[in-house]
Amino acid sequence: MLAFIVKRLIQSALILLGVSFITFALLYLLPADPVRQIAGRSATPETVANIRTQLGLDKPFVVQYARYLGNLVQGDLGRSYLQKTEVSTLIASRLPASLLLMLGAIVCELVLGITMGVVAALRRGTSTDNALMMASFIGVSAPQFVVGLLMLYVFAVQLHWFPIGGYGTFAHLVLPSITLGILGSGWYSRMMRSSMIDVLRQDFIRTARAKGLSRMRVLSRHALPNAILPIIAMIGIDVGIFMGGIVVVESVFGWPGIGQLAWQAIQRVDIPIIMGVTLVSACAIVIGNLVADIASLFADPRIKVR
Amino acid sequence: MKKLLTTSALVAALGLPQLAVAESHSSLDPNAKSGGNITVTYKDDVATLDPAIGYDWQNWSMIKSLYDGLMDYEPGTTELRPGLAESYEISDDGMVFTFKLREGVKFHNGRVMTADDVKYSLDRVTNPKTQSPGAGFFGSIAGYDAMSSGEAEELSGVKVLDDQTVEITLSRPDATFLHVMGLNFASVVAKEAVEAAGADFGKTAMGTGAFKLADWTIGQKLVFAKNEDYWRAGLPYLDSVTFEVGQEPIVALLRLQNGEVDVPGDGIPPAKFQEVMGDPEQAARVIEGGQLHTGYITLNVKMAPFDNVDVRKAVNMAINKERITQVINGRAVPATQPLPPSMPGYTEGYEGYAYDPDAAKELLAEAGFADGFETELFVMNTDPNPRIAQAIQQDLSKIGIKALIQSLAQASVIAAGGEADQAPMIWSGGMAWIADFPDASNFYGPILGCDGAVQGGWNWSWYCNADADAMAIEADSMTDPAKVEERLKMWSDVYMKVMEDAPWVPVFNEQRYTMKSERMGGDDKLYVDPVSIPVNYDYVYVNDVQ
Repeated sequence: MLAFIVKRLIQSALILLGVSFITFALLYLLPADPVRQIAGRSATPETVANIRTQLGLDKPFVVQYARYLGNLVQGDLGRSYLQKTEVSTLIASRLPASLLLMLGAIVCELVLGITMGVVAALRRGTSTDNALMMASFIGVSAPQFVVGLLMLYVFAVQLHWFPIGGYGTFAHLVLPSITLGILGSGWYSRMMRSSMIDVLRQDFIRTARAKGLSRMRVLSRHALPNAILPIIAMIGIDVGIFMGGIVVVESVFGWPGIGQLAWQAIQRVDIPIIMGVTLVSACAIVIGNLVADIASLFADPRIKVR
Repeated sequence: MKKLLTTSALVAALGLPQLAVAESHSSLDPNAKSGGNITVTYKDDVATLDPAIGYDWQNWSMIKSLYDGLMDYEPGTTELRPGLAESYEISDDGMVFTFKLREGVKFHNGRVMTADDVKYSLDRVTNPKTQSPGAGFFGSIAGYDAMSSGEAEELSGVKVLDDQTVEITLSRPDATFLHVMGLNFASVVAKEAVEAAGADFGKTAMGTGAFKLADWTIGQKLVFAKNEDYWRAGLPYLDSVTFEVGQEPIVALLRLQNGEVDVPGDGIPPAKFQEVMGDPEQAARVIEGGQLHTGYITLNVKMAPFDNVDVRKAVNMAINKERITQVINGRAVPATQPLPPSMPGYTEGYEGYAYDPDAAKELLAEAGFADGFETELFVMNTDPNPRIAQAIQQDLSKIGIKALIQSLAQASVIAAGGEADQAPMIWSGGMAWIADFPDASNFYGPILGCDGAVQGGWNWSWYCNADADAMAIEADSMTDPAKVEERLKMWSDVYMKVMEDAPWVPVFNEQRYTMKSERMGGDDKLYVDPVSIPVNYDYVYVNDVQ
């Protein structure tokens, strides 16, 4: 068990190193000169050269990458080219908002997904089942940008139930969480449905019913805990999907998280921020997967460590 | 992208009496009410509030309200007026400027601002360690070269005569110098605050301006609070301005319609423009004005076949500018020349190259391209620029030119333009020139002069005409106020020379549209202030207080 975790941790570190190298190389190869972006159009060639030297961007790729890694292991993500602020400060000030949003989205997708999946499984083959599966299909397919704007228009502008974007109260959290969670709830409802159908066919369910347990009790004590197992493993993987989703959702709702930070940095070729957010996201994905693996290990003794 | 200051300036600048005594309070509005807060939204975070660094249209007006420089502009106009300087004198040869400072002006921390602060600020902005994108504007001050090469720690041309007097000596005549002193880069900052904040100074602010920075929650909002001790009595009217960032323009518009926002800083989203303008109630709250902007197509004179002047002229005649303005819902007027119409030096009556595809085709045939040719048109990949590029592409196809559109991120287009052999044609939209200050010279050097035709430069047509360059230098040496008209005529001639060589297709001059909430008051011109975009925060007010 411990050996398994250690092995996975080493693998994770290697993955992060690879991510940092690929991202750094891609940004280096980008046919855009960050120094020109910083210097602006009125800068003289001397100003440009001076900024290039001060940022060390006149050095060869390997030197730049080695220096970045050197700073990174000391916890230094560098300073934003345009905002001139420590990247770690920028990310730290925005990370709580993103985590809160992801938590909201997880709650939303679990509640929506599991409910829809269970109901659909119990009503298998009926029009309720079809309607729910159609809804989940739409949830999986709809672009989050469009869903977000529709949510805003209907529930905030027309109905005045929620504020029109922003951050601060619970009411602000609802619409972005649903928007971010809808995609996952679509997946979950389908997984939950098939998993539930499988479990309901098992002998132990028939045994439980035959013992005379109520339908509700069979469902809650026997079927659900077994059917839900595959979902647990999914939550960790979801973190990766969320990392992509928050870029869009945070922009639509004006949610001050790291997705918005990344989006702005990409538009302005602010390389230290892009690197920082990419690494933090990669960390989150790696940790999410690791936690998912370990969690399913505990939750389902049938999984054996190899 | 970058900032603009505006217009009919030079006349005003050089037309000012040699000893200008300032401050008519004509600019105070008798109907104005004091108090209240307004909310302004932006999509992007505010990059910095350091006046030596800030150089985008978003932070430019914010910095204007937090800081003051020696010179300033009448609100809503392009007329220079003294700012922290109470008056100034210019020596007869135009080489020495002596500024007399106002007494008792205080920084937001309560300390009195003196001539030493002016010198410190100018030394700081020109010091290479500061990495100011605007350092080059100060190139005419004596000692600038030693400063930029790192040999000196201070500008030898800036002398403190006493607490209230600064003398600035130039190394060459510069007819635009007073405008330079009105740029944000010349703002006076408090040394102790800069030193205390170190590298994070841009996230704080310590100036003498009408507002002080009360709060900045990164990624969420900034709050500017009224400076009760502001040296312009009676200003500002507002108690505070709240800037909310991270708001998509379309969401900002919804919130404005809902009464939660007063000014959407990014303007009306293009997709919603017609809807807003079609509703009389909303359209009444949209204020339209000109801006010192020209959108153009560069034709790279170093790349065949655009090295042939007839080909360039034919392209000029092939573009239907009227139709392109329709692509952006008529938010622009067709252009005939590099300068926008509101810029002094604009050549009145010049028609440019009229739209005439038949004549263009003939000219192209004479140049040896009867069957046309294939080329590439580079364009920034955000709406409406790709659509404009398609309109250009269609126009070109009518005379047999097959242009392949390269739609790329802004930085990539800028990088391609800065190489001599990469981009035959570039549509400037989204990166186009907006004047830094309202003077004819500001549309030449970096974008049409030989200085800009270098690797990494902004002269994307790689046009370099030694005669025109010589004339430009001569014009900018004419500092005698009596020769203002002559200087402008000279600039007009420079641009006419450029048009003869046709390295650009000037396409249109964008109009500016600012939308405001119903409760906001103040002269319309404050909402299309050429210097402060979107609005001049110091002078606007709200009607629903008291």
